[in-house]
Amino acid sequence: MEIFIFIVIIFYLLSTIGYFAYLFLQKDVFQQTGFYLLVAGFCCHTAAIGFRFIQSGHFPVNNLHEVLSIVGWTIAGVFLVFQYRFQLKVLGVYAAPLVSIVMVIAAKFPNAPHQMNNILNNLWLVVHVVAVFIGEASFALACGVGLLYLLQEHAIKSKKHGFFFRRLPSLELLDTTGYACILTGFAMLTFGLIAGFVYAKAVWGRFWSWDPKEIWSGITWLLYAALLHQRLTVGWRGRRAAIMAIIGFAIILFTFLGVNFLLQGHHGEFTKL
Amino acid sequence: MLDIVLMGLNHKTAPVTLRECLAFSEDETSVALKVFQESPAITEAMLISTCNRVEVLMATRDTSNAADTVKVFFSEFKNLPVSEFEKSLYIHEGDNAVRHVFRVASSLDSMVVGEPQILGQIKTAYQIAISKKTSGVLLNKLLHRTFFVAKRVRSETGIGDHAVSISYAAVELGRKIFGTFEGKKVLLIGAGEMAELAVEHLIRNRAGDILVANRTFKNGVALARRFKGQAIRFEEITGFLEHVDIIISSTGSPDYVVTRDQVKGIIRRRRNRPLFFIDIAVPRDIDPGINRLTNSYVYDIDDLKGIVDENMEDRNREAIKGERIVDEAVISFRHWFESLDVIPTIVELRNKMEDIAKGEIKKTLQTLKHLSNDDHEAIGRMTNAMIKKILHDPTLLLKSNGHHQNKSVYLDATRKLFKLDE
Repeated sequence: MEIFIFIVIIFYLLSTIGYFAYLFLQKDVFQQTGFYLLVAGFCCHTAAIGFRFIQSGHFPVNNLHEVLSIVGWTIAGVFLVFQYRFQLKVLGVYAAPLVSIVMVIAAKFPNAPHQMNNILNNLWLVVHVVAVFIGEASFALACGVGLLYLLQEHAIKSKKHGFFFRRLPSLELLDTTGYACILTGFAMLTFGLIAGFVYAKAVWGRFWSWDPKEIWSGITWLLYAALLHQRLTVGWRGRRAAIMAIIGFAIILFTFLGVNFLLQGHHGEFTKL
Repeated sequence: MLDIVLMGLNHKTAPVTLRECLAFSEDETSVALKVFQESPAITEAMLISTCNRVEVLMATRDTSNAADTVKVFFSEFKNLPVSEFEKSLYIHEGDNAVRHVFRVASSLDSMVVGEPQILGQIKTAYQIAISKKTSGVLLNKLLHRTFFVAKRVRSETGIGDHAVSISYAAVELGRKIFGTFEGKKVLLIGAGEMAELAVEHLIRNRAGDILVANRTFKNGVALARRFKGQAIRFEEITGFLEHVDIIISSTGSPDYVVTRDQVKGIIRRRRNRPLFFIDIAVPRDIDPGINRLTNSYVYDIDDLKGIVDENMEDRNREAIKGERIVDEAVISFRHWFESLDVIPTIVELRNKMEDIAKGEIKKTLQTLKHLSNDDHEAIGRMTNAMIKKILHDPTLLLKSNGHHQNKSVYLDATRKLFKLDE
């Protein structure tokens, strides 16, 4: 098991190196290598998680190690889909190291099998977790795209065409990709939250229990809803949309980590050390 | 022995007035080639004439005689005393001539390094030489190598990347904002060479509707017709800002034609779609304050010049890589050239024959076990004699001087017939 995760991390790290080589040397072959290494890593990762699932008999979100592993897995998967769809090659420079870091942190935490918890054996829970994580992975990418947008826009506005100007794509492509990320993220988050409500109703008998994580997830949802609303009505795009994508992801990070460690609630169960 | 010689002048050695006087049209080039063909000193010839250079590339046995022929011809044909242009002429021989041709075709010797036209011009010049039958084995090989080298330099270095003209730099910049120009509307305010060129670039890149605003409506209509666009009145500009994406301005107006307040009010109505202003006018037409508004970008002529300078530096850096490719090619061309020499060809030819004979004897003797050692030697002697007799006449022909005009044709044919180059 440990060795499996180790191999996955090696793949992700090599992919990161590939993407950075692409960034600096601008040879397409590095980008392709990076992409395929990430695909390889993702396949191993999928196998590792699947193995874990079968071995323990329940969805592996039992401790912080497993949760982070799922986070890395969804970011890698969502990135691969977006890369395939939008050909935003340079985004790998953000996604590959992000996945690597998440996995390295995951590996740092002990992976002791937690006491079996029956509430984890529910389809709604699996849907809830996977959908929310895919949504949040999309938001993570939207944040990365937003950062690239700000870099590129700064280069164009300040008329200093340095390192990034040549390497980054057009503002238009960055903007549409970011929008697609947020749209996907929002749809998945909404779906995931609904699944969570259904599950909560089944387990605790109520949809909403004012758990801190629930509150912060609600805030996140409202923020992205506002962003999408503004885009559709008055055409919030470009710089402002990029900044909002970054702020939104900061709040998600807080919801994910801060709430777990600083505040109490029933979600804390899943991220115990 | 034939040698490759290049003689000519270019933008570095001769002022434009002189280059103008010596420029050759295509018809004149044909005439010149005919004259060179008749000269006993020149075996093969080709003439390259562009606005930046006039060069004669030739294969000759007698460099100084050939050079004089060309000089005299230039002087008579163009009615110019030799002393007028002699100082501007350069003469390259052998490797240096080869290197020069490679560098010119790869656009390393151009006024604007990396400009793509020169290769086409050389191809045309070569076509003329072929049609006049003034190019032979040497020039054919050299030119084919040249096209190959030029292509390599272009694809393996960034020598042709990034715009080095103001109007093209603006278009490239637009691509970083919009990605593609498809469906993007362009508004041209005023008129002017650079501005119109930029519009043409945009049209070629599939930009959408073109609008033209001019203080004199009639002029605007004429210009709009050229771009298959629509003319609008100068006072209507504000209203149209809502619909266009790229604004190119080049008027003689002393004040700003488009002000910050004008644009500010319109951004919301545009639903924040980006606006790109290209200001080619001096004094400026577009309020630079617009650049600080959200999703609006303003580039004036100095900004664009800055980009062009930067790109130029980039090209010069890339040119160093190009020089390395050229150096390699010069060396490999010299190998081929040297192989055209008679002795090595004859030796290689004999070696090849002997190898074949040896192989066949070995095969045959394996089946004829009853033969004695003396018999073996006799068969060996016989095959050697046959090789000698077979090669006698070809060797004589290759070695003889003067019997035929161009020895390299025969050498090249021999090497090809017997596949000696593999």
